[in-house]
Amino acid sequence: MSELYSTAHSAITDPSLHAWGPEIPVYLFLGGFTAGIMVLSGWALWQGRRNQRAHATFSLASSGLFTLGLGAISLGMLALFLDLSHKAYVWRLYLTMKPWSPMSWGAWILLLVYPVLLAGVLLDPPRWLLRFAPALDALWRRLADDGRVRRSTGFVSITTGVALGIYTGILLSALGARPLWSSALLGPLFLVSGLSTSAAFAHWASPEPAEREQMAWLDNLFLTIELGLLGSLLIGLLSSTEAHAEAARLLLGGPYTAVFWVGVVGLGILLPLVIQSLAVTGRVAHTPIAPVLVILGGLALRFVIVYAGQYSHWPRV
Amino acid sequence: MARLGMAIDTRKCVGCMDCVVACKTENDVPEGFNRDWIRYEYQGEWPTLRLEIRSERCNHCDEPPCVSCCPTGASHVHPFGAVVLVDKDECIGCKACVASCPYDARFIHPDGYADKCTFCIHRVEQGLQPACVAVCPTRCMYFGDLDDAHSEVSRLLASRKHHSLLPGAGTEPRIFYLE
Repeated sequence: MSELYSTAHSAITDPSLHAWGPEIPVYLFLGGFTAGIMVLSGWALWQGRRNQRAHATFSLASSGLFTLGLGAISLGMLALFLDLSHKAYVWRLYLTMKPWSPMSWGAWILLLVYPVLLAGVLLDPPRWLLRFAPALDALWRRLADDGRVRRSTGFVSITTGVALGIYTGILLSALGARPLWSSALLGPLFLVSGLSTSAAFAHWASPEPAEREQMAWLDNLFLTIELGLLGSLLIGLLSSTEAHAEAARLLLGGPYTAVFWVGVVGLGILLPLVIQSLAVTGRVAHTPIAPVLVILGGLALRFVIVYAGQYSHWPRV
Repeated sequence: MARLGMAIDTRKCVGCMDCVVACKTENDVPEGFNRDWIRYEYQGEWPTLRLEIRSERCNHCDEPPCVSCCPTGASHVHPFGAVVLVDKDECIGCKACVASCPYDARFIHPDGYADKCTFCIHRVEQGLQPACVAVCPTRCMYFGDLDDAHSEVSRLLASRKHHSLLPGAGTEPRIFYLE
């Protein structure tokens, strides 16, 4: 028998840690989604693809996705800001660079993300922007016709997107006090999940039928990799110390089991994988059902990992 | 540089919580929060039960995860005694340090910054003992330089069986419990 009685009384850590509320999973989701957009649209620019329409769309090479990325990351940063408890001091992030702090890296990566997304928008400026600033039209034509500019922008977009996507996972995995997060797989997992949600969105919203087909196929690949990473994460935790195995059991019979297996794995990965597999083989039509499920599943993944991770702890006795 | 640490004799500690009250008074710790606390750990089966009473606080680790994860440098190792401190004017309240501490020793002060035990550095710099050590009625707490082989705390650790908390977490805590 082992019992522990404590007089400790702190609203944030007792009886279990709940330092972070919904703002952080929302931020991690939107960060991953933006990272996915940067990688996929960067890839399209690298390949030399052009927007085939006269107006901005949600096709990969158009400014629509980059603009959406700007909105998503801004919303994510707003959520992050709302979570801070000493808001007036947020500028302190940009007075230093702490190489061992993933959050410090993240702050600087987020600063890089904006000009890259903006460059993506300027390679295919939306009409309203041209009306607002007609001088951009000439600039756009010059830049858009320059293959080197498109390829360079694509390359920078891909690398910045990968850094952003991986960072959202490493942010948690660097906090070894929470055994569920103590895995190097969280970085790749959140990156692949971000790629999956953005591919799902492009599958849903792209006006180009060939691109939608390609995105559905690619999303199936990402979902399969994500499933493998989730399995590896659980196996790694179960074969580690008792604290880590206990953390894995939060998702394997513990309080987060239902939302993980039904919300994340069942509805967020397996069901859309089946639907999209049928769609790419021409047996059912492409519908928004699978993409919406993938996007909600990506959000649920962040919620489960953040909340269950805070619940997990080293044994106190 | 000194490396300040603490040895607490669990055979003498009676869990009176004088250390808790002294800390709250000395450091003006707000209501509803603690920089130190008492844990009672029962182990074994009746009738061979064992009770260990521990006065716990920030372990001022040699490998402090709260310092390495802090994005602004607000959590830092102070040159005096290698004490782990928080500069409230640099803290943004991101709570990464709270999540990184396996001992759950930190909390968010109502004013927004991360807060925790400071080993009463304002007293120690004046040659005084931390408030918790100074008030302990059973004299179960010993405070001093772990790098000085002649300090009372070093001599006790050299001669008495002891343990630290969660050694597997890899943080190298500097508070030891004498058995």
